[in-house]
Amino acid sequence: MASTQDKAETLLVIEAGKGHQQFFSDLWNYRELFLFLSWRDILVRYKQAVLGVAWSVLRPLLTIAIFSLVFGRLAKLPSQGVPYSVLVFAAMLPWQLFAGALNESSNSLLGNTNLISKIYFPRLIIPVSSVMVNLLDFLISLALLLGLMAWYKCLPDARILFFPLFLLLTLLLALGCGFWFSALNVKYRDFRYIIPFIIQFGLYLSPVGFSSAIIPARWRLLYSFNPLVGIIDGFRWSMLGDQFPLFRPAVMISVFVSLIVFVSGVWFFRKMEKSFADVI
Amino acid sequence: MEPIIRVANLGKKYLIRHQSRPRYETLRDTLAGGAKRLMQKTAASRREEFWALRDVSFEVKPGDRLGIIGRNGAGKTTLLKILSRITEPSAGRVEIRGRVASLLEVGTGFHPELTGRENIFLNGAILGMRRREIVRKFDEIVSFAEVEQFLDTPVKRYSSGMYVRLAFAVAAHLEPEILLVDEVLAVGDAAFQKKCLGKMGDMNQKEGRTILFVSHNMPALQTLCRQGLLLEKGTIRFSGDVNEAISTYVAQNDILSITPVASREDREGLGMVRIEAIEVKSNFGIATGHDLVVTASFRTIGKPVPINEFGMSIWSEHDIRLISLSTIMKGELSKIPDAGKVSCRIPQLPLVSGNYFLNFFVSSSNGIEDYLVHALKFFVEDSNFFASGKSVNPIWGAIAVSHQWSLE
Repeated sequence: MASTQDKAETLLVIEAGKGHQQFFSDLWNYRELFLFLSWRDILVRYKQAVLGVAWSVLRPLLTIAIFSLVFGRLAKLPSQGVPYSVLVFAAMLPWQLFAGALNESSNSLLGNTNLISKIYFPRLIIPVSSVMVNLLDFLISLALLLGLMAWYKCLPDARILFFPLFLLLTLLLALGCGFWFSALNVKYRDFRYIIPFIIQFGLYLSPVGFSSAIIPARWRLLYSFNPLVGIIDGFRWSMLGDQFPLFRPAVMISVFVSLIVFVSGVWFFRKMEKSFADVI
Repeated sequence: MEPIIRVANLGKKYLIRHQSRPRYETLRDTLAGGAKRLMQKTAASRREEFWALRDVSFEVKPGDRLGIIGRNGAGKTTLLKILSRITEPSAGRVEIRGRVASLLEVGTGFHPELTGRENIFLNGAILGMRRREIVRKFDEIVSFAEVEQFLDTPVKRYSSGMYVRLAFAVAAHLEPEILLVDEVLAVGDAAFQKKCLGKMGDMNQKEGRTILFVSHNMPALQTLCRQGLLLEKGTIRFSGDVNEAISTYVAQNDILSITPVASREDREGLGMVRIEAIEVKSNFGIATGHDLVVTASFRTIGKPVPINEFGMSIWSEHDIRLISLSTIMKGELSKIPDAGKVSCRIPQLPLVSGNYFLNFFVSSSNGIEDYLVHALKFFVEDSNFFASGKSVNPIWGAIAVSHQWSLE
């Protein structure tokens, strides 16, 4: 809905099979709803949990402690000269963002059934706004990591300028997957059970607890087909520097895959959204 | 004047699958179904088409107040959902000139954990208001809802009345050119309902807004609307003046008489007294919780016999006897004339929405004189029985009883 001041008469035509012609202008018109829904998710998250913000600090810290213990101390994997906990933390940032965003966005449509069946707005707002909570968690974790790095006196250099690029890549990939899964979830409820599975496996298949340098060179390219490999390597490289040289093909694959998943996700979501109100 | 809404040949088709199947599918079903389809090649015949709306065409002029009536399942809500773009039509075309706000439910998007203040902003945004618009109207909304002291209390601690008042107050302050309202006034106490109706009427008169209003509440429709659209099984049965629409609806709806009583010959009994006509009446439609009056005309044939009892029973569509009533059971009407009319009034009809049959009999001291099985078939409309906006779903039970809950 447009604001009160644009009195210009607009003609809206609704026809069978045409979909929403004003898809992108509608997205812009409903930007405030997007902000309010993100704000709601964040408010509710912190109101319901007694520990509130502490959760977004505790969860990654505990995981990092365990990973450092298992991979660093027990398995004695190499850490390229940085404290093992920092090595894990730098990878945990994108991983937590990806896993959380994928989880939230995939279930977001089912969690907002009443909105979808009673009100019109571009449905794409729902999965995107659900991810904002994870982005906030990400920022909190990032502050923690910077604190930890300052403590160990290994501060990032100019490569940090590439950091936003890899963050964007993580979001594109997570949202793209989220669009696919949330739309599929409306029609096939099985996907609700598949996602925790993907997240659990992904944590071990991606170089979170270890550096991807330990992968034998001949397997490296194959390993890089997991788009998170390039992203996680990129995070380590931009934050921790030259000890973690970038494996170019891995980054290329990540960029390529993320873009494809995101664009196809939007396309698929738009195709499916017409029937959301009828089946949800 | 150019119409603000033009609807042409609008249709909405749903595909109904197996009745026992859930609305959503599981991947397994689709995969298994796909395999079966390959083998059987009969997939197409399994899906049944159902047209919730078909060939609906009408126009609404700016400033009109259109009441949409019809039985449950007539397509009223589907129509509003298409106009508000929640769902897509399967056929036809709609042209809308102006901003639309739809109110299909009170308090859509209210979150129980959030405070009244937070929910006003959230709900306002969901209904399409800008933030600064909400800020501007905030005080007005709060005083309309009468919840000043509870602004910073989570709405989960609100009483249901407060909740509804707050929710409606937000909606009432929308400023669209076209407002679509679905049965939401059914909630809240009578005084508040009146306040809301007044507010909607104001919006129309002072600001020339167009209102499309779906309701089962005939008095509210008569107060608010001038035009009426009567839907029946997805098509338009009547379009025109609201009072005419209501009377057409009430007439069509209440009595689905099978054969007129006067021409019924399949009667049981001695036949010395004859029931000539039976009618069922109710103010503003037969509905759960409304008073129901059954009136029968009778006369004795030939030599008068002393009539000593009238009785009737109400049966469900599945032929289960639900209610039996008689003058002797109640100990009423001892001196009955040879001919006349007899009425039985059931205050607050406790039957849930559905079709019912009425059997009626008259007896003399000789025995049953005239007994009409399925003298009438009538439909009981859903209503706001509990005044909470929730209706008594026929799936949950056959009778509606008033009751109170309390914590001890």
